[in-house]
Amino acid sequence: MTETLAQLSTVFLYAAMGLYAAAFIAFALDLARRGARATAVEAAVVPSAVARRAEVAAPVGAPTTTVIGGGGGASDAPPEPSSALGRLSSRISSRVEDDLVNGSANSVSMRWAFALTIIGFAFHLVAVVLRGIAAARVPWANMWEFSMTGTLVIIGVFLVANLKWQIKYVGTFVLGLVLVLQGIALLRYYVPVVPLQPALQSYWLVIHIIVAVLGTAFFALGFALSGLQLLQYRRERQVAESRPQQFRFLATLPSSVALENLAYRINIVGFIAWTFTLIAGAIWAEKAWGRYWGWDTKEVWTFIIWVIYAGYIHARATRGWRGSRSAWLAIIGFAAVLFNFGIVNVFFHGLHAYSGL
Amino acid sequence: MSRPSDHIDAPPQREDPEVVQPKLGPIGWIRWFWRQLTSMRTALFLLLLLAIAAVPGSLVPQRSSDPNGVTKYFSENPSLAPVLDKLQFFDVYTSVWFSAIYLLLFASLIGCIIPRTRHHFEAMRAKPPRTPVRLTRMSGFQARILPAALRPDAPDPVLTARDVLKANRYRVALYQDARSTSVSAERGYLRETGNLVFHIALLGVLLAIGVGGGFGYTGQKIVVEGQSFVNSLPSYNSFNPGRFFNDASLVPFSIAVDKLDVAYETKNRDAIGTPLDYTAHVKTTGPGDASSDTTIKVNEPLAIGGTNVYLLGNGYAPTITVKDPAGKVVFNDSVPFIPQADPNLTSLGFVKVPDGLKQQVGMIGFFYPTVTESSTGGGALASKFPGLNDPVLSLNVYAGDLGVDDGVPQSVYSLNTDTLEQLAGPPTKTKALQLKPGQTVELPNGLGTISLDGVKRFATLEVHHDPAQIWVLVFAILILAGLLTSLFVPRRRLWVKAVENPDGSLTLEYAGLARGEDPNLLAAVTAVADQHSRALAGSPKT
Repeated sequence: MTETLAQLSTVFLYAAMGLYAAAFIAFALDLARRGARATAVEAAVVPSAVARRAEVAAPVGAPTTTVIGGGGGASDAPPEPSSALGRLSSRISSRVEDDLVNGSANSVSMRWAFALTIIGFAFHLVAVVLRGIAAARVPWANMWEFSMTGTLVIIGVFLVANLKWQIKYVGTFVLGLVLVLQGIALLRYYVPVVPLQPALQSYWLVIHIIVAVLGTAFFALGFALSGLQLLQYRRERQVAESRPQQFRFLATLPSSVALENLAYRINIVGFIAWTFTLIAGAIWAEKAWGRYWGWDTKEVWTFIIWVIYAGYIHARATRGWRGSRSAWLAIIGFAAVLFNFGIVNVFFHGLHAYSGL
Repeated sequence: MSRPSDHIDAPPQREDPEVVQPKLGPIGWIRWFWRQLTSMRTALFLLLLLAIAAVPGSLVPQRSSDPNGVTKYFSENPSLAPVLDKLQFFDVYTSVWFSAIYLLLFASLIGCIIPRTRHHFEAMRAKPPRTPVRLTRMSGFQARILPAALRPDAPDPVLTARDVLKANRYRVALYQDARSTSVSAERGYLRETGNLVFHIALLGVLLAIGVGGGFGYTGQKIVVEGQSFVNSLPSYNSFNPGRFFNDASLVPFSIAVDKLDVAYETKNRDAIGTPLDYTAHVKTTGPGDASSDTTIKVNEPLAIGGTNVYLLGNGYAPTITVKDPAGKVVFNDSVPFIPQADPNLTSLGFVKVPDGLKQQVGMIGFFYPTVTESSTGGGALASKFPGLNDPVLSLNVYAGDLGVDDGVPQSVYSLNTDTLEQLAGPPTKTKALQLKPGQTVELPNGLGTISLDGVKRFATLEVHHDPAQIWVLVFAILILAGLLTSLFVPRRRLWVKAVENPDGSLTLEYAGLARGEDPNLLAAVTAVADQHSRALAGSPKT
């Protein structure tokens, strides 16, 4: 039974990866289409990046003056807040501007990409749940299960973040990352279902790991945005210096400053999750190993990652470090996260020897 | 000044090339150094340096967490290891250079938070500052007209604005100048409070770790089933006291291990022999008259006498009896055999019989819980399952001088064979002694007999006392709470200004200022303006 379910879980995972691969291609097509569009209309409509940057510097534009009370005379008229209307119209205009800037979020390939991602996510979710049922516990007790759940949460955070922000354009990067990570996991980390060793039999397994997974997912999204920010900054400089530009699709994405602000907001959520992971891990270590902190290799790297992201947050507040420099710190931070998972777990000697490999 | 001068929110520094800096005296240099140390750039540099400095400790085994690894490293890298040792690479986290980095970082931190705390206390008591003359230069500026016709029915605009802002949890102050009256409002003081709490709690964690390490202790004791252990210095196998430890802090209690239950996986073919459960059934006595029967499990330590007692390991302790040729018992004990790096618990142990035989006898033995032929061949043995299915004890026998007579204490977990002659086991011609439970065999050279009466289990208990541990937790929670508020509570100023127009209407101006990250500032200004408009236009008439 356990084996059948575990095999079924893997089948669903393969299906999810197929859908993700299709979604990845569709996202990439959308980028290509944006690139083509940007090139076509650049001369005519799309303001140059310099102009757009100027716009960012003064985002309000011309101050508007509203008259309170609308028509004024008819005092019996419901006190329809002209402001509500104003809000609506400003929302519409911002949507229009969004479409302009994002190259219409609803292009055909983008719609396909997003739909495929959602269907893939559903298959992925089933795979993870089946694995959990097969093992009769939370599906994140070894590296295979952590990869599986971790990539699921990365996609989940990406989907949820799109409810709040219009960031479908990072889809190519997020899905590419997930495909690579899940591919490595399939090749290197697969292990059959085995029971939990006594040190892992704790409710902290649920808390400590799921928050670590969440933190990793936010860092992954922040990493994608910081990477785009660097590319966008490069393009903005090229535009400013009238040099030829690569990656034309960038012209349809938000400015590097907007990308940086977004990356920051996502990374700080990751940082808080990471802080919690560290604290929860210490509490658990105290219970299981008799000390809350012992510079075990995994503890060392979790600490290093925490310090790098603390540095990132400081860099954002340090004159001369905002912008590309802090973006590099976020990228180094995520590289350390991947290193901590892929290398430290497998090759470094320590107490977190739960890879099952 | 509350922030370091290179903070992004600090006013830009004017650098006038015309001005020649005066020569710095000693005090001036100290001030200059202090300003450098407490700058954002230095803090950032030290943070990144700390991250880099922590790396070697994960590459090279550390004495604190992996002493055997250090020994192994020395034997595998005889030329490199002493150099690394000089550079304190085996004690990275207590090394001079690592300590220097974090102490400087914390000095920088203290230098940063003291003036900020002072400034924050003043800001919390002060009124929001005077409304700027030109709000048009501020974020989210917008203006709305209150027509003259509506004014008689509308409540006082500025007081209404004050109430709206108050309801939005702003602190407010009214200002008036020649042209206008205005409300200046500020909210989100919690952001700075949280930031300060976060940084102070970091200091608190460091301090609590220091205190706990100084006054606490850790001790290990191997206890065989049926035996007990008393919390006193001589009874520990190993003991690591803090710097300020004294014997009086050892609360007297004793723990008797009645039974150790161990369960291994036997059905799942992918996990045969995986441990499923370790449970030590113990009887505790003390402190005082208290006594109870309880259990210790992995993840479920026993709290007793201000310490926590953990079950960190277990193994087998074969019960061995040695008799002289006349049949007189000269040795009878359950000897703990230490599991080697083998999930199937092949274990190594030492038996020493100093008295009663015609020579002193030492034995080095391997214990196989479920014996099998080793895959390396040559008749060597191995274990194929960690449970006690088919146990075999194999002993190499030595005779001569055990070196126990000169009074130097010896570890029971090693045997110095330099002054001993090997009698049995490879490479000698006599085969190693092999025993199953209940069997008795002759010792070589007619020394006597040895029997394996049975096999017990032992538990490795660790006793840990850390008086400041709870404070580490408290400060850790404060860190998290401070972080949440400092990153998510927006600190912002908001102004509402009423300007009289010649035609009798009133221009209401709204604008805000973000203090720190505040992605929702514009929305907040608009929301306040909307609420204000609604209050002015839609207040129910009587």
